[in-house]
Parts: sequence; C-alpha cells; structure tokens
Amino acid sequence: MTRMLSMRDVRKTYSTGVVKVDALRGVDLSVDEGDYLAIMGPSGSGKSTLMHIIGCLDIPTAGTYELDGTDVSKMTEKELAEVRNRKIGFVFQQFNLLSSLSALRNVELPLVYAGVPAAQRKQRAMAALDKVGLADRVQHRPGELSGGQQQRVSVARALVTDPALLLADEPTGNLDSHSTAEILDLFAELNGAGRTIVMITHELDVAQQAKRTVFIRDGLLNSTDALLAGTVQ
Amino acid sequence: MEWSETIKTAVAALNARRMRSLLTMLGILIGIAAVMLTVGLGQGTQQQITSQINALGSNMIIVSPSQTTTSGGFRGGGGAASTLTTADAAMLADPTVAPDIAAVAPISSVSGSLQSSSTTWTSTVVGTVPDWQTVRAREVASGRFFSTSEVDSAQSVAVIGSETATELFSSVNPIGQSVSINGQSFTVIGVLAEAGSSLSSNEDDTVLVPLTTFANRLSTSTSVNSVSSIYLSGKDADSLSAAYQQVQTALLAAHQVTSDDADFSVSTQASLVETATSVSGVLTLLLGGVAGISLLVGGIGVMNIMLVSVSERVREIGLRKALGATPAVIRRQFLVEAGILGTLGGVLGVTIGVVGAAILTLTLSIDVAVSVPVTLLALVVSLGIGLVAGVYPASRAAKLAPIDALRSE
Repeated sequence: MTRMLSMRDVRKTYSTGVVKVDALRGVDLSVDEGDYLAIMGPSGSGKSTLMHIIGCLDIPTAGTYELDGTDVSKMTEKELAEVRNRKIGFVFQQFNLLSSLSALRNVELPLVYAGVPAAQRKQRAMAALDKVGLADRVQHRPGELSGGQQQRVSVARALVTDPALLLADEPTGNLDSHSTAEILDLFAELNGAGRTIVMITHELDVAQQAKRTVFIRDGLLNSTDALLAGTVQ
Repeated sequence: MEWSETIKTAVAALNARRMRSLLTMLGILIGIAAVMLTVGLGQGTQQQITSQINALGSNMIIVSPSQTTTSGGFRGGGGAASTLTTADAAMLADPTVAPDIAAVAPISSVSGSLQSSSTTWTSTVVGTVPDWQTVRAREVASGRFFSTSEVDSAQSVAVIGSETATELFSSVNPIGQSVSINGQSFTVIGVLAEAGSSLSSNEDDTVLVPLTTFANRLSTSTSVNSVSSIYLSGKDADSLSAAYQQVQTALLAAHQVTSDDADFSVSTQASLVETATSVSGVLTLLLGGVAGISLLVGGIGVMNIMLVSVSERVREIGLRKALGATPAVIRRQFLVEAGILGTLGGVLGVTIGVVGAAILTLTLSIDVAVSVPVTLLALVVSLGIGLVAGVYPASRAAKLAPIDALRSE
C-alpha cells in the first residue's frame, strides 16, 4: 500500500511578540492510500496547526513532511500553492464558498487555478457535483442552498481536481444532525471508492466514522489514549 | 490561470460593488475630461489665434511705436504721441532703402461716431493709403478703393466694412451715400468684402479714409505727420527676414537710435504668432496641470478603494490561495481590477471630454480641438494610473498568508 502522507518529528513554533508558543512539539504521522483518519483534540491542542501543515497552508519550523512522495516542508509559497491545488482537496467548517458565484463556478475554481480549459473544467465540475448528488443545483448560488447542500458543494470542489488527499476541517461543525449524517455517509462512500481522507474534529461520534483516530494534546500525538478520548467528549 | 478568467473574475468583483466602482471611476473620469477639455481649449485657441494672425495679410511686417526703455530720449518724452511719421513710411516705400518691401501702408486710427441719413453707429476710423489693400489682402465688394490722387488731394471719401454698411444703410446701396464721421461729411465710394473677425477688432466693422484727409479733419494727434503704425508687406515669404532687417536698419538710422533704445518695434506675422501661442501655451500648461492634479487625486481614489477591497476580501483571498492561487495570480487579479477601474473611468472621461468639447465649440465659438493622439494618450494614461494605483494594494493581497486570511472573520 502506498504511503500518502508521512511526517517525521514535525515541530511548529509561533512567536507572537515576547511569547513563544510551541504548537507542535514533534509529531510523527503516517497515512496510507485509502486510509480514513480522524484527528481529535481539544482547542489549543495544536489541532489547527497540524491541519494547516497537513494542508500545506503553512510549513513546519522543523522536521520533514512528505506528501504523495514529495517533500513539502521547505517549499516556497508558490510551490505550496501548486501542491495545494494538485494534491489536496479542502473541506472547511465554514464551507468557504464564494457567495457571488454559482455552485458550478465555485467547484470550477481549483481547475481555473490549475489552468484547465473552460470546456473540460465545466465537464469535470458537473461530474463532481453529480457525485455529491447536486446535479440539479449547479446554477444555484450558495445563499440559495441549505447548509448541507453547501457543504456538499465544497466536497465537490475538493474532489474536482482528483486530489491525493481530502482534508476536512470540522466538516460537520456547522451542520445539523441530518446534514452531518449525509456528509459522513458521503465521506464513507468516497473512502470506500479508495479516496484518502483526513478529518479534524472534536466530536467523538464523528471521529468514530473514520477507520482510525489519533488524538493530539499539547502538540503531541497519541493514538492509543482511550482516556483522552473520554476527556475530549 | 488564463487572462480571460482573470478579467472575468475582476469584472465580477467590480460588478458586485457597483456603486463603489462607479464612484471610484468618477474620479478618473473628471480628471481625464478636465485634462482633455483644457488641453483642447488651449489648442483650439492657439489654432484660432494663428489663423487670425495669418488672415491679417500675407508676408506682413508691422512697425509699432514703443517708448524707449532706457533713460527716455527726447522722442520718448512725448507722452502718447506716436514716434512714427508719414516720412518713415515714405522712406520705407523707397526701393533703394528697402528693396524687399512690396507695399507700405501707414495707419492712423480713431474711434468715430458715424451718422447716415437714417441712423448712427460707432466704429473704428482708419486713415491709410491704397497700399493698405495689398498689405492686408482685402478686396472691395462693391464700388472702389480710394486712389493715390485722392490721398494726395485729401478728398473726403470713405471705404466702409460690410458690417458697417449694413448697420448704417441697411438695404440701401451705400455707394454715393453721405456719412458724417465725427461731424465731418464723407462720401462712401466702396464697401469691403467680408474678412471675418480678427483678434482685437471686427475687421468688417471699419471705415477707411485717405491718410491726408484723416490728418486734416479727424486726427486728435498734435502732430499732423504722425501715424499710429506702419503695415508693410514683403515681396515673398523667402525674403521676409531680409525685408525685416531692411526696415529695422532704415528706421534705426532715420531715428538716430541704436537697437537698445529704439522707439519703435518691428514684428512679423511669424513673431506675432509665436508670442501669442507661447502665451496661450503657458496658459494651457497651467490649466492642464491643475486638471492633471485632479487626475492624480482620482488615482489616489482608486488606490484607496482597492486597499479597502483587499481588506474586505481577506477571506476570499485566503480561500483562493488555499485552492491553489499563487501570490502572482492574486497580484494580477487585483492589478487587473484597478486597471479596469482606471480604463473605464478613462473611456467615460474621454466620452464626456468629446461631448463637452462639442458643446464648448458651439457655445463659445472657439474650436475646442480633440485630437486622436490626445484621446489615445488619455486612455493609456488612465490605464496607467489604474495600474500604478493598484500596485500597492495588489502586493498586499499577494502577501497575505493563507492561514491568516482563512482565519479572519
């Protein structure tokens, strides 16, 4: 099985003025192709920092991070942008859809930045929207869609580039239980078809949908700390 | 990312904030329209001055009296009395003195109250000689000009301008009619063909009488022989500077002065055009400069609104970066937005400028010139202003870290 994501002793230190914050203090993490990993942790645990580094939105202060065979830990901003575009599909808690664009145009966005020609772009965006069950809503603006539908649009946007990794940051945090179930079913279905998924969450029942769960606390991972799971809940 | 996509996205962003975009464009619009109108007005005025001076006659040289600027010799002490005389004119007419001069017309003028049998009118009364026709390149529409013998014998005859004829005699044929000028009776023998209006006076509202008659019966000057100026015409354009030198040299010798304290000044049509256009050129530059400042203010408006736009759209920028937009793509996005604001403002400004120029041309009877190069320059400048104003906001957008941008609420 192919190693999709591999972190070795990843550290991240922020210095805000005089205060130095060690957000990550030596994280080792491996995710194989087809895996479905949930990362849990309380606020202030370094969960968001880890998500940023996995998503190539930020680079580690120390340590190595390989994504799909490429070392991304020392990349420039331009190179990181290209890696994000090609290898990662993001699903955010706030959906982060552009309100002035139709669902179709929102899903097309990553392809626009990838330089895909218009005709092919539209075809692929339609296919992605079809996959999340929104083929009949392509011309709707985000404001005309329910929360669950908006999150499905953003899943379609994450899938449209056929990325190596689907990275979801609290994907159900803004959804009711019905929509939450819908999204989690969709993730399970995608994973069943071989898609690698990493999901950050603080809800245990959401994390339980994943194949495995790791916990982060004070900038360190602990994959077997069952007690910690209890405290999170 | 393709250019067409960049432009499409920029237009969508500007369209989403339509009112604000329009107001921002207004700044550029006003600046461009103001520059176009002031420059056009200046150019139009220059063209008009040039054509009016050229209409005075061809190859013309004008000698005017001037006070000496230095200590003021006995000639300069004479107050308003002219330093030029009929003797000067006679000397310049001598081909051995000034071989390149073709015609000499001494001029004296006074404001005259005219009275025909039916009405009264006020006009400029000019005393001169038959050569005036040659020098000023004017034709007689009906009747005839007075002759040299009529000048020599100081006949009371008058040639009047077309407008003067209409005012005094309306539909009656003026030839042979009697007109009273400042209480003196004259017979109208000719009417001039129309010339159009000139710089200082209406060339069609004038009365010409023989110089001698003028001196005897109309002049207010103490000296019978003095004239207010001498108009000369050179043989042709090529010998004009030689003619100019001959006039200058002959008059300096006759007046026994050096060129430093000359009591007269000699100018050619070319030098008149040069003086007039340099004055209006400076004025155009000044007005254009003020208008240019308003354009600068418009540019600052674009920069300001782009900065506001960047800080409002931090989250959007963050998202676009997360989805794979490189800093260069984000920078280009905002530069294109600013460029479109500038260019659209410029296009509207040029439109207003062209319409305004047409309206001014109609209402001011000054030809407000709007040339194609000026229009193209205005468009290029407005695009340039947009781009320059966009550089700083665009690089701020490009430098935003994606995580900071996404975090911002």
